[in-house]
Amino acid sequence: MNTQHSVEEPILKYAADIGSLGPVTIVGSRTQWDVGGLPSPGSREIRAPAGVWSHQPEEMTVRCGAGTSIRELNEECSRFGQMVPFDLNPEATVGGALAVGRSGFRRLRYGHIRDLVLQIRHVDHSGLLVTSGGPTVKNVSGYDLCRLLVGSLGKLGCIAEVTLRCLPIPETTLWLTGTGDPFEIYNELYRPPSILWDGDQVWVGLEGVKSDVESQAALLKLDQTDSPPPFPEGGRRSLEPKALRGLVERSEGWLAEIGVGVVHYTTPQVPEPLSDPNKRLMSELECRLDPRGRLNPGRQLVAT
Amino acid sequence: MVPVSPDKPLLDELRSIIGDRARAGDFELGLYGKDGSVLEGRPSIVCLPVSTEEVQQIVGACRRHERPFIARGSGTGLAGGAVPVGDPVVIATAKMNKIIEVDLDNRVAWVEPGVLNLDLTTQLKPLGFHFAPDPSSQQVCSIGGNVATNSGGPHCLAYGVTSSHVAAIEVVLPDGTVTLLGDLTPEPAGYDLRGLFIGSEGTMGIATKIAVRLTQNPPEVRTLLLDFSDVRDGAAAVSAIIAEGLIPAALEMMDHRAIEVVEAFVNAGYPTEADAVLLVELDGLAGGVASGVEIVRRVADAHRVGNVRVAADDAERALLWKGRKNAFGAVARIKPDYYLHDTVVPRGKLVEVLEKVYRIADEYDLIAINVFHAGDGNLHPILAYDAREPGVLERVHAAGKAIITASIEAGGVLSGEHGIGLEKRDYMGMLFSEHDMTTQDLVREAFDPDGFANPLKVLPSGSRCSDSFGQHVPEGAWV
Ligand SMILES: Cc1cc2nc3c(=O)[nH]c(=O)nc-3n(C[C@H](O)[C@H](O)[C@H](O)COP(=O)(O)OP(=O)(O)OC[C@H]3O[C@@H](n4cnc5c(N)ncnc54)[C@H](O)[C@@H]3O)c2cc1C
Repeated sequence: MNTQHSVEEPILKYAADIGSLGPVTIVGSRTQWDVGGLPSPGSREIRAPAGVWSHQPEEMTVRCGAGTSIRELNEECSRFGQMVPFDLNPEATVGGALAVGRSGFRRLRYGHIRDLVLQIRHVDHSGLLVTSGGPTVKNVSGYDLCRLLVGSLGKLGCIAEVTLRCLPIPETTLWLTGTGDPFEIYNELYRPPSILWDGDQVWVGLEGVKSDVESQAALLKLDQTDSPPPFPEGGRRSLEPKALRGLVERSEGWLAEIGVGVVHYTTPQVPEPLSDPNKRLMSELECRLDPRGRLNPGRQLVAT
Repeated sequence: MVPVSPDKPLLDELRSIIGDRARAGDFELGLYGKDGSVLEGRPSIVCLPVSTEEVQQIVGACRRHERPFIARGSGTGLAGGAVPVGDPVVIATAKMNKIIEVDLDNRVAWVEPGVLNLDLTTQLKPLGFHFAPDPSSQQVCSIGGNVATNSGGPHCLAYGVTSSHVAAIEVVLPDGTVTLLGDLTPEPAGYDLRGLFIGSEGTMGIATKIAVRLTQNPPEVRTLLLDFSDVRDGAAAVSAIIAEGLIPAALEMMDHRAIEVVEAFVNAGYPTEADAVLLVELDGLAGGVASGVEIVRRVADAHRVGNVRVAADDAERALLWKGRKNAFGAVARIKPDYYLHDTVVPRGKLVEVLEKVYRIADEYDLIAINVFHAGDGNLHPILAYDAREPGVLERVHAAGKAIITASIEAGGVLSGEHGIGLEKRDYMGMLFSEHDMTTQDLVREAFDPDGFANPLKVLPSGSRCSDSFGQHVPEGAWV
């Protein structure tokens, strides 16, 4: 018998809605709707349940429905001085953010959002619930399906409920900007949350206790500013951190995350091709976990 | 009539690939039948490749002869993951132990799987970096083994376990294809095969090269030893520290018996009269460390702490850690054998579950010693025993099952860092439904439809095709 916590009513309803027949598309807040291609016409649109079901501040974990907005999640967490550093449009849903699997601009410090996931309950192609991971902050029981589902665009299963790790909200946050070599800045600082560069200007986000933020800021000849710049939303590339040095000419608008390798562009970018063996493994996963291709059809991770 | 060994054709082929690094029949092979657990299997052929190409050819030969294979690192695993069952060819990575490249611009290092965890950190330290996962076995365990078990360690409380520190893995897949899972970019295209492979205990292929992420060495480190006259106060202080919004770099606990054996072994100046000690480490920039020390002191005071010892220098700090890291070896002073458990419970349940662990040990007439990663609720009860006592292993196993049951009833999980392997395979159903496990098996099958890689591990046999190579459980093994 499965002794993990009981299943919330709305999850059962979500599973029944997905059922076992016909193509379905899970709708979040449509903030990253076109990633991976638009859903095939004619598939039923379904929303994942919303609600923060349990927040255990002393465990620093939170469990919510996949349809919960990042705003609602962080409002709950902040009541106890905690946060889940998604750093996306606050209207985005938690499930949508995880299904798309793009990290936020403080990744340099907090890692990929994938690493915040402790447990996922998803509805599979036959309308059945599957639980993977575990509710505790550390766990290696069984295969890590949670990591597989993050960034899967809902094609291997529909995320229903997630348990996430929370982090303490830092005492002080400071943004700086100016000109300077972003790579030198990176080498100067100790585990900064964010260094952004558009080819001319740099922005540095610092967090921590006040004295540390001040001492780190004092290492840099930059001016204080309110926030990071707006992120270009036309396209996105994923490069090796050191390849960012090659991004010199400002022929088009871009903003690079130094030390991470994500580059935000104003214009659409072509995704990197997959190697043949990886393509094969991914197709094998798709045909085993969704043999009839009914989950989020139209979205594509593995180009044919 | 004892004709040529049925292994001969395969062995001949393996020798044509790697010469006398393919071994069979010699006495020392017995070592490859075990890992750090009490389980034991029967190795008949052992290969010691030096390159990806050799691993690929060995896997190819295994396929042609319809023989499964098993990857082996240093054999320190505690769940029987590296114990050969179903007569696999053992592919040991011990000779693939080169640090290939330290790429500071990308902050990664490329290593071969047999590189020992601590050897990498030792090499990185002068450059200002380290590899964050630091299992207590780090002097001897391999990075390939760390990847396969998704290892943790004391400092994973703040830094995260292995999966957060691995960018890419070159893998020889069970069909002999070589591929790279993940890459050095932040968002590789497609599904996260890298994340899936990590923790798959050798059942999805053999890691032959690994790109690990480097972590900056902290500018400031403070290590504190807090003693409590009641273990319950110590355990309650653990959750209270975290509830303050402080995540120390490490937060370890030792109970009275652990303190006694460790102190007798390493003379670290641990307070032998205490009922429990907490070893707390704070690291980072000076201000955060200082404020962390204050929070720890305040919370500890509120929980009736006795003495608070702050390591004055690196030497004292190393001494305090030496006690913690040698705890398992020290146990040999009370009993020749021990069984090391690994479960996780919510931090708030530590007191309750610890009390149950003591009761269970009493009930089965065993000695329980607790040294563990308290900060993330990761219990490591050690059951000390003397294997020469008749019937003792049955009691050890029964007590172990009771501890796992108690942890899961408290809202915990089967394993925090040692993995499932063979040891906990048949307990998977305590945490997962049949359908959960079937789904996990479907995922495994995408990598290894014929069950060639490390057969009979992780999932209970019977969940689909994992029993293609027979279910023989070797003498002395317990599953
Ligand atoms: C005293 C002691 C303390 C320990 N402390 C900790 C701790 O703090 N944290 C922790 O997490 N663990 C700990 N362990 C457990 C163990 O050290 C880890 O699990 C370690 O990662 C195993 O590495 P290994 O090289 O010994 O792997 P092995 O035991 O050789 O193998 C473990 C598993 O990995 C697979 N494997 C090995 N290499 C590869 C490869 N190249 N490709 C694919 N699969 C492979 C094997 O098939 C097997 O399933 C401890 C063990 C001991 C004995």
